[in-house]
Amino acid sequence: MRREGLLNLVLALLLLALPFAAQMLGEPFYVTLATRMAILALAAVGLNLALGFGGLVSFGHAAFFGIGGYAAGILASHAFNAEPLLGLPGTDQMPVIWLVAALVCALVALPIGAISLRTSGVYFIMITLAFAQMVYYFAVSWPAYGGEDGLSITVRNGFPGLNTANPLSFFLVCYAVLMAALVLMWRIRDSRFGAALQAARQNDTRVAAIGIRPYHIRLAAFVISAVVTGIAGALFADLNRFVSPSMMSWQMSGELIVLIILGGTGRLFGPVAGAILYVLLEFALGGLTERWQFFLGFILLGVVLFARGGIIGVLAGKARHG
Amino acid sequence: MQTALIVEQLLNGLQFGVMLFLMAAGLTLIFGVMGLINLAHGSFYMVGAFACAAVAAATGSFWLGLAASLVAAAAAGALIEVTVIRRLYGRDHLDQVLATFALILILSESVRWLFGDFPLYLNIPPQLGGAVALPGGVQYPVYRLAIIAAGLLVGVALYALIARTRLGMRIRAGESDREMIGALGVDISTLYTIVFALGAALAGLAGAMVGALQSVQVGMGEPVLILAFVVIVIGGIGSIKGAFVGALLVGVTDTLGRILLPQLLAAAIGPAQAAGIGAALASMSIYIVMALILAFRPKGLYSAQG
Repeated sequence: MRREGLLNLVLALLLLALPFAAQMLGEPFYVTLATRMAILALAAVGLNLALGFGGLVSFGHAAFFGIGGYAAGILASHAFNAEPLLGLPGTDQMPVIWLVAALVCALVALPIGAISLRTSGVYFIMITLAFAQMVYYFAVSWPAYGGEDGLSITVRNGFPGLNTANPLSFFLVCYAVLMAALVLMWRIRDSRFGAALQAARQNDTRVAAIGIRPYHIRLAAFVISAVVTGIAGALFADLNRFVSPSMMSWQMSGELIVLIILGGTGRLFGPVAGAILYVLLEFALGGLTERWQFFLGFILLGVVLFARGGIIGVLAGKARHG
Repeated sequence: MQTALIVEQLLNGLQFGVMLFLMAAGLTLIFGVMGLINLAHGSFYMVGAFACAAVAAATGSFWLGLAASLVAAAAAGALIEVTVIRRLYGRDHLDQVLATFALILILSESVRWLFGDFPLYLNIPPQLGGAVALPGGVQYPVYRLAIIAAGLLVGVALYALIARTRLGMRIRAGESDREMIGALGVDISTLYTIVFALGAALAGLAGAMVGALQSVQVGMGEPVLILAFVVIVIGGIGSIKGAFVGALLVGVTDTLGRILLPQLLAAAIGPAQAAGIGAALASMSIYIVMALILAFRPKGLYSAQG
């Protein structure tokens, strides 16, 4: 366990050091790359609660990622055009946007989870996919906020006391949120609730037999997981200053799963390791060849077939609970 | 006018459904027999379409192209089963999802490498060109009717194969107890390769037939794949009959929903808003149907496995 703790610390410091090094070397583009890593890691940290700890393979988390993104885009556009939304003014302040993104994601995740969790196994994978497709097509065909073309955010939303237009400040905001989410996941994992969730993954009959209802535990985990991914979506929209239905596409859901497996399923820092490696691969291969997806495919295949447990599994050994 | 429109859309829905059935039949067989989720199934659809377009362009014959699509998709399926898929049977679904996701990337890029970035076009064979008049005054393309017929024919053939032949008996046995049929001396890994190649060939056939209606391009398989998953989940995973019912249900719901929902809404809330909401609801309709069915029957309509 100590080795994993050390590895986690190294990963956290590595991600923090990257943009500062880039800034010193006069390569501001790498700051954006690091921000992308932090945000994708945050989205995957959310999914990891359901997928890694709870064993709930949600193939639809891109929906929450996109809903978070649209929360940022819609609130910002109402603030920019000074049009009220449902009688309330829009906002360009990140904390408010995050709060709204979290609330909306929770409200959407609750019914989706309540229905999906009645199924299990492949059916769960497919029904979460179906709900995400529903949200995706809704966004594509709803004309009010750009439909298929998406919605631009004219000016990146602000954070009190910071100039978020500066890439480094924005990175630090994202990094801070990521670390806060990791602390939350760490506290959840080691709590009674987390223990029940992981026990339900291993054997839900036994959990039910000692008087805990796995359904409620799983539903709570699914909702928290959606909220964290949604906040990541709001940050992602601010990073690109653009939000479109492609954030909700099933490929995005697949990518989030890839990040987790690449890093190590059910490991606290697995999503962080996965996001760092994935963005690096995407960037390095993309620089070498136009056909980078071909090689990415082989690398992913190699990880599944030969490196079970992902990066954290390879570097820090097996998890405590197998 | 209105009935003619509905009849036409109903036939379009049927054609769409039959095509989905060809995809879903392979997926559901592969899941039922081997317990494998295969996201790369859409790639065989693409391989079939490209093989058909390439051979048809080279020889001038659609029919040779159709044969080539079956061969190419089955060969690709067998090759991938032997090299990669075989190692995934014992793994959990998460590993299967990731590995077959990786296969999509590899196959799509390979096809793009071979054929370039531009879509190919495939002409409808001259024997099946033109339209026929149906009762009710509808002019309907012969080619689409031919797809419906071909799909129904494959459905019947598949039923006969599974219910009446020795291979079918082994496939059914593999679904209910794979260890037992291995112990009885059936070469299980060859059986798996055959089932996988058969599923791939069906997907390739679907791709080739639809290739003449749309353009043949990389990424054409994925939207169909998602719908095929919806179909097998509605029908109950592992059940060919479920795949058939589910495919027709999805095909008809989707096609009719796009026509009728905006009209129904227009009557209720006025045309201005109905256009937007109707279109949004119509594109969501099959997923709504799926969620409703799973909410009441979590294992689909005709679940093969309890």
